[in-house]
Amino acid sequence: MKHTFTQDLGISKRLLGFVAVATAATAAVAVLGILLGMFGQFLAEGGPSITWDFITDFPRNSNTEGGIFPALAGTTFLVLLMTLMGVPVGTATAIYLTEFARQDSRFARSVRFAVNTLAGVPSIVFGLFGVGFFVQFVGVGIDAATGSVAFGDGSLLWSSATLAVLTLPVVIVSVEEALRAVPRELREASLALGATRWQTITKVVVPNATSGILTGSILAVGRGAGEVAAILFVGVTYSSEVLPSAVTDKFMHLGYHLYVLATQSPDVEATMPLQYATTIVLLALTFLLNFTAIFVRSRLSTR
Amino acid sequence: MLHPFQQPQRRPLETLAEWSIRAVASVSIVVIFLIFLFVFRETLSLFVSTDHGQPVADDVTGQMDDGPEVYNPPQLEDLDVPEVYNPETGGLPETSSTGQQQEQPDERTVWEKLFHDVWQPVGEQPKFGLLPLIIGTAKTTFIAILIGAPLGILAALYTAFFAPRRLRNVIKPAIELLAGFPSVVIGFFCLVTVATFVQETLGVEFRLNALVGGIGLSLAVIPIVYAITEDALSAVPKSLRAASLALGSSEWQTAYRVMLPAAAPGVIAAVILGVGRAFGETMIAIMATGNAPMVSWAAATPARTFAATIGSEMGEVVWGSEHYGVLFLLGTLLFVVSFSLNALTELYVKKRLIKRFQGK
Repeated sequence: MKHTFTQDLGISKRLLGFVAVATAATAAVAVLGILLGMFGQFLAEGGPSITWDFITDFPRNSNTEGGIFPALAGTTFLVLLMTLMGVPVGTATAIYLTEFARQDSRFARSVRFAVNTLAGVPSIVFGLFGVGFFVQFVGVGIDAATGSVAFGDGSLLWSSATLAVLTLPVVIVSVEEALRAVPRELREASLALGATRWQTITKVVVPNATSGILTGSILAVGRGAGEVAAILFVGVTYSSEVLPSAVTDKFMHLGYHLYVLATQSPDVEATMPLQYATTIVLLALTFLLNFTAIFVRSRLSTR
Repeated sequence: MLHPFQQPQRRPLETLAEWSIRAVASVSIVVIFLIFLFVFRETLSLFVSTDHGQPVADDVTGQMDDGPEVYNPPQLEDLDVPEVYNPETGGLPETSSTGQQQEQPDERTVWEKLFHDVWQPVGEQPKFGLLPLIIGTAKTTFIAILIGAPLGILAALYTAFFAPRRLRNVIKPAIELLAGFPSVVIGFFCLVTVATFVQETLGVEFRLNALVGGIGLSLAVIPIVYAITEDALSAVPKSLRAASLALGSSEWQTAYRVMLPAAAPGVIAAVILGVGRAFGETMIAIMATGNAPMVSWAAATPARTFAATIGSEMGEVVWGSEHYGVLFLLGTLLFVVSFSLNALTELYVKKRLIKRFQGK
């Protein structure tokens, strides 16, 4: 039988091929469509409500009017504190995994397994952990030891700590990637010149991976800024007249604010424009962070 | 490993620094351990304490009262009447627990309360029947995977093999963007848009139901399934594809019959992790499922998941009470299941993937 490469496909097979490709294409385009639909709706419904006052005002009239300033500020404080706690730990873990650990060592494998597991733990479980460990155990413990009353309740501090734990895998994976991208020759050159391993790490490897550490931090912040379930019982509050002035204060949060407006408000319909506008601000914040991370990372890879 | 050249230069301070790095690296392990310990500890109070209804001793600091005012529907006197569900109150916790204590001693054991088909955690005779929650979790997770897994896998196939470069450069970052969506935003979108759409298209009785929740959860599942499937597809050796094409099979035959089966362990891992994500997701489940504990397998009835139950009731619970213990029990179940799913993919699936491509 004479053979050319494609003509032996009968009409039914070609139809099958078309269906196969079309199905895959439909799936991909459908996901894209949902995404665009979401953006379109948010912008159309909430866009007009985004004003300078909305960003800089306190909510009024039990959250039915006014702005979201304290929620924006609370979210910012939260992620800053979270970064301060989480990024050093994540970076050190990544340094251990790339620079110290032998890949087959039991400890290194356990760390890796723990990091992967941590990434898969539902965020609500982190919330329970935040209450059970940070607030009820550490916080109440500090209060009992020092006689204060500030730590044994949900607060900015414990929420940040909870989120620091939750975003730890994000930091570790990202920093590890950056450290692995540092060429082996650099390490060898440094060691060959007589530098110790510690000097090599602090003076050669880590400076070359700074943008990776930055990327990891930004991605973690992006994740933390949108996380609501984990902080539900660890210090977030639905309304506040003032900004938090200490780490032991309660705080407002953009995502939680949206949740409260959308489900717990006495008149959900009336605040609809505010809900959409809050959504836009929250999305803009997370995407700004994600895009910055992508930008920093692409600069890293071109170098 | 010690490098022979650096030995003469080792300094005690550096050794100390290196060991502290090692110590910090163990934080992840310690945290996993602590999560289990502390979530499980509170659960345990449920089974060892005999004094239910009263807050359990040591670490009780009173009720956490910062939650929003909760809508408080009239409690039904006869507890065996099925719950009346009001679609308008959708995401609200339907019970209030402001300091209600049991008047009469309750003779039932914890197990009798758990193996029950009514979830009514507040009242004179609280009922912690897990059945409606199990059904609610199972059906929303199932719907989410039914929608999310095929979409994620097919989208990955499309961008890996069929898509024109330009379209690929749009779709790939778009799905990665979707991964960055805060779940509360997806929940909000389902609450206001998907719910209306589903109701208008299908004419269902309840505006918020398991189907709407499942669709919402699938939006959280898709990016995970997509990313891991894509990884798995790109890990398949190029030679397989080249060989298949060289033998005269077309692009789609290669994609569906060579590449996809070769990446199967990775795809299975993707689906398993997707299940884990849908199972543990809280905000979407609270906002979009209707959040009513019902014993019904129908897709168009409201559902309540484990995670949503914790999320909506933990803020109002009496600390140290039996209800509190049951919520931590749900947390323990969530942790154990997600841990097992993860361990399954880590230990089993990845090993198979490696075996397959190293030809052992």
